[in-house]
Amino acid sequence: MVEFSLWDIVSNLLLAARWTLVLSLIAFLGGGLVGLVLLVARTTHSRSLQQGVALYVQVFQGTPLLMQLFLAYFGMAMLGVETSAWTAAAVALTLYSSAFLTEIWHGCVKSIGKGQWEAAQSLALNFGEQLRYVIFPQAARIAVPPTVGFLVQVVKGTALASVIGFVELTKAGTMITNATFKPFLVYSCVAVLYFLICYPISLYARSLEGRLHVQR
Amino acid sequence: MHVLSKVDSMSNANATPSATAVGISGLRKSFGSNEVLKGIDLNVQSGEVIAIIGKSGSGKSTLLRCINGLEMFQQGKLTVQGLPLVYTDPAAMRQLRQQVGMIFQSFNLFPHLTVGKNIQLAPGLVKQLSPAETEATARRLLARVGLAEKFDAFPDQLSGGQQQRVAIARALAMSPGILLCDEITSALDPELVGEVLAVVESLAQEGMTLLMVTHEMNFARKVSDRVIFMHQGRVHEEGAPDELFANPKTPELQQFLSSLH
Repeated sequence: MVEFSLWDIVSNLLLAARWTLVLSLIAFLGGGLVGLVLLVARTTHSRSLQQGVALYVQVFQGTPLLMQLFLAYFGMAMLGVETSAWTAAAVALTLYSSAFLTEIWHGCVKSIGKGQWEAAQSLALNFGEQLRYVIFPQAARIAVPPTVGFLVQVVKGTALASVIGFVELTKAGTMITNATFKPFLVYSCVAVLYFLICYPISLYARSLEGRLHVQR
Repeated sequence: MHVLSKVDSMSNANATPSATAVGISGLRKSFGSNEVLKGIDLNVQSGEVIAIIGKSGSGKSTLLRCINGLEMFQQGKLTVQGLPLVYTDPAAMRQLRQQVGMIFQSFNLFPHLTVGKNIQLAPGLVKQLSPAETEATARRLLARVGLAEKFDAFPDQLSGGQQQRVAIARALAMSPGILLCDEITSALDPELVGEVLAVVESLAQEGMTLLMVTHEMNFARKVSDRVIFMHQGRVHEEGAPDELFANPKTPELQQFLSSLH
């Protein structure tokens, strides 16, 4: 029987952790873009747009991410779109992130006083200009800490992509366990790696919170 | 002061002195089932200074906010310099709002921008003036309100009175023909009220069309050409300030004036 050293385990996990990072980044950036579009739609005065976005958010917040991944993986195949685990995971996590980010940001926009909107309107700025030059810059300042904090949730959420066969940190852990029969050791290493990714992000979020708070 | 003697040279070059700046007829406005404006008729001549007084809840702020479309009304007509106010037409609203400056009780300066940028923002975006032009205008207007050295300051580094003067400069930067002042000294410490009123008074003297909702009765008496007393959503009494304050005709106005002392 082949003996596996600790380094064998860790080095293989590190290779797989790259995909956790890449998937997190795609989900976060994609989710940010979609979330921004949804945010603008929700901020307009159109009732139907507002309700549409609210429903979208409810659907993604009210169902488990695991189900969303299954539905993306099997659903897209049913629609005739050839899906790899990669695409399905990226799509599902992007949509999931967009729902949460748009909700976080919507709260930040809401917290900007009515007077700011009215001042911008009175100066004849159109809706796009009001958002871009007056509301979003102020909302962004409040939004940065919770947004960075949410990135931690996304990183941990990518672990679920293992169930549709996407090889990231957790899936690699399972595969290595099957070869080494050392589940406790392997999953401990997996947990430590997740922690090493997430903890600096949390620290960064907290320092941002402090810094942005001091500014205003 | 006689209306015809005022010629607005600085900010509204093409308005003739006797033109109607704001025309309001049969204006009704409800919040849900609560009707706050019950048929307002009011004509404001260009260059006229109007003070709107009345108890809180009488609809005076709402009336002011209808004039630049911050509030929608359900019935009646409102024209600004001959142009009707149409909410559903963004281009027309943008046109109208360039003509109507508004100053708020709570200043509403943009806290993330410097004083200079606060003033430069709208002329740059809406009138598409170059940064050099908007900066020159901003510096000129700041000097005018006595804050030339605050160009690079942020709003939260200024006192309330200074912030309100910046807000006035910001509104003036769009060269409006009409200025709406919504209780602009109500949020200020008493010792800061004077510096803001002095700026408004100088605008009145230069012939700016002014509509102000105010609790400063002495100021209203001194500066305005006409005083409007609002009561329960209607223009209850109006007239020249000396006449109206000295000889109030309706019991409601008599009661209102005596409650102030």
